[in-house]
Amino acid sequence: MTDRPTAAHLLRRLTFGPTASDVDAAVADGADATVAKLLAPATAPQFPDLGADPFGALAHDAGREARQQARQQVRAQVTAATWWWLTAMAGATTPAGRAAEKLTFFWHGHWATSVQKVRSATLMLTQQQTFRRYGLGDTGAMVRAMLRDPALILWLDGQRNTRKAPNENLARELMELFTLGVGHYTEADVKAGARVLTGWQVDRAAGRATLAAKRHDDTPVTVLGQAGVHDVDTYAGVLVRHPAHLPFLAGRLWLRYASGDPAPAEAIRRIAASGRDTATMLRAMVTDPAFPATRGHLVKQPVEWLVGAVRQLGIDLTKLPDKQRPRMTGMLRSLGQVPLRPPSVGGWPSGDAWLTTSSVQARLRAGQALAALTDGPLDDTPVRERVDALARLLVVDGWTARTRAALDQVAAQPRKLLALGLATPEYTVH
Amino acid sequence: MDTLTRRRFLIASGVAAGGALAAGGTAYGLHEILNFRRPDTGLRGKTLVLVTLYGGNDGLNTVIPYADPAYAAARPGMTYPHDQILDLDGAFGLNPGLAGLHGLWQQRRLAIVRGVGYPKPNRSHFQSMDIWQTAQPDRPGTTGWLGRWLDQAGRDPRLAVSFEPVLPPLLAGATTAGATVPGGAVKLPATVTPQVLRAVSGTSAGEPPAQARAAACFADLIRVQDLMNDVAAASDADADDEDTGDDSAATGTGGAAPPLDAQLALVTKCIEAGAATRVYSVSLGGFDLHADEKNAQQSQLAKLDKPLSAFAQRMAGRDVVIAVYSEFGRRVRANASDGTDHGTASSMFLIGAGVPGGMYGQAPSLTDLDDGDLRYTVDFRDVYATLLADVLDAEPQRLLDGWDGRLQLG
Repeated sequence: MTDRPTAAHLLRRLTFGPTASDVDAAVADGADATVAKLLAPATAPQFPDLGADPFGALAHDAGREARQQARQQVRAQVTAATWWWLTAMAGATTPAGRAAEKLTFFWHGHWATSVQKVRSATLMLTQQQTFRRYGLGDTGAMVRAMLRDPALILWLDGQRNTRKAPNENLARELMELFTLGVGHYTEADVKAGARVLTGWQVDRAAGRATLAAKRHDDTPVTVLGQAGVHDVDTYAGVLVRHPAHLPFLAGRLWLRYASGDPAPAEAIRRIAASGRDTATMLRAMVTDPAFPATRGHLVKQPVEWLVGAVRQLGIDLTKLPDKQRPRMTGMLRSLGQVPLRPPSVGGWPSGDAWLTTSSVQARLRAGQALAALTDGPLDDTPVRERVDALARLLVVDGWTARTRAALDQVAAQPRKLLALGLATPEYTVH
Repeated sequence: MDTLTRRRFLIASGVAAGGALAAGGTAYGLHEILNFRRPDTGLRGKTLVLVTLYGGNDGLNTVIPYADPAYAAARPGMTYPHDQILDLDGAFGLNPGLAGLHGLWQQRRLAIVRGVGYPKPNRSHFQSMDIWQTAQPDRPGTTGWLGRWLDQAGRDPRLAVSFEPVLPPLLAGATTAGATVPGGAVKLPATVTPQVLRAVSGTSAGEPPAQARAAACFADLIRVQDLMNDVAAASDADADDEDTGDDSAATGTGGAAPPLDAQLALVTKCIEAGAATRVYSVSLGGFDLHADEKNAQQSQLAKLDKPLSAFAQRMAGRDVVIAVYSEFGRRVRANASDGTDHGTASSMFLIGAGVPGGMYGQAPSLTDLDDGDLRYTVDFRDVYATLLADVLDAEPQRLLDGWDGRLQLG
């Protein structure tokens, strides 16, 4: 047994939602068993068959019209892939599956790659398979796989990085944003790293990246003080063994899972010392003495807000009429976060950036639309009990007097109450 | 504007602190309201209207170096007959689509800053736009150059307003964000009443800062709603939340903005109503013309020219400065499909109070190129520094990471 606020806090951070019954189960299981269930390996959902990559199928001398057509096909595939992902996020049926959905989204924001430049839904989902395969495990395996990831290579101009004309984009972001953080490498390390990464070419038709020997510079270089680095695997090894790597990753996990405020140095040290795989680090984070105090200090990202609401309100996305789908992705667009389209390689913003006048409007409007899609979960609750029932439904620990007074004003109309509940400050953060 | 509206407007324009509002919508004395309007110097200060052209406007086809033989040589099939180009000084001329701006030039009110760019040009739309919007070419951070101004100008989102659906990064500060008012109106479900908004906007002792900030957004929203109710009655841009699947913007801001004339009509209303807003961000997309550019560019520039020149004429005599920029220019040499690919330096336009018309900056050479692209001659941060200092009365070095360059106007 564990107390309800503790269980709710844990589940709010490690999963989308959660629902009240998820919390019931966690309370009964106790914190340790819940964490063990959440961080167990999960079966990945069935990926969709999007068909052939339109640009991969395009002849080299294809005319304007054919290119235009391919662009449209890609757009349709991206729409399908985005929708599929949202249904997967909201549809996971086991604790491990639900935590895996959250973690997959974390990795997407970490290795932030946008389909806008990659222009292939297939390659974006190939990348996502890598997140799912290595997401909980050893960070070295993840880095090695990502350095061969076609979408990442296209996104950061890896295919333009050749022995004759090195392009430093990928090498720089690899160290700055993905593994070490700024300040832990020099410009010479970027140059040397770029040479190691030369020669990777993306075959869109085959959906994979291969090393073209003629374009690759195989002269061993010294990166980060380590001599003899000559390929992506030795480079990845140097990166993940670097003393800055695990603290950096611990900080990134803390930012998205724990708190938007600067992480306590001691907590980061403890999490980084816990081990080299992500499951161990996440376990160390949620059991860290500094973790309970993070409650209420994390602003939900729009995807977390929407998918959580969909789960808590019991909306089955797979049963939604086709015409409602653009409305759901439109909500995310209005809120400023569309999956597969991070604004830059730095990923989405965090914290106060999500708290704007237009985001309040967007949440109020989206809340109304979502409430209309429910079958009225509060309809049968007596009016005077509805505001508390709403807190249970949305897994909010409690309302401030201010918000309770506002909710009381609309409690007689249950859908209005649901809609407003989703826009409250208490629900906007978690 | 009738007296009643005027009075409501003044109230809406005053900084009603979230806490004060929460205490029950306390009425403000006129004295306090006017005090907000004259924070330090007794002057209201100038207003900056920043026009972002998304997609990479072809600067060479906007301010055309038609007398340079290298221009025609680089762009066969894309040049206009000389008698259609709107001559500026015998060497340069404006695109035929820019008749209104040409009129401003003849009145000596249009400043053209040539060769504006930054070191190590990035040819990605969104990365270059990030660079322009953060004013951090080396490593674009998470705050915009005007967002940082907002942080130190009083944390009131109404000081910087955008009529685009999503906050442009340039208005995102570390602690404050500009107000985003898509379509110029606050659109709320009919069921959300002002009473409810006010109730949620209150403070609650001991709540976490992020939660308090989320509540404060409701207070901001009420203020912005009041402002917009007063100035934007005419707006009917009823863009819904539908996902349009629009893929053209490539900006990182997403969403389709209302037409430029609609955005500028809202700016006009706000300014003429005396709003305390100091910065307006408006935008126009669709400049990414990789193919068959000549006619498309002309009609695209006309979409800029007509509303912008009308706006500039209407604002004549007011303390308003307009600045127009795009994330990059295009390659000097046309590509095989009579379009141009992503390039580097380009021209900026400046119009308004204290901006003498004329040419500024050195025109980049069309033959001494950097890998096929123009070499920039003016760092865009020089222009920003001038706008920050001369229009917004701010200290540029504090907001531009110590940048001490400055474009001299006049």
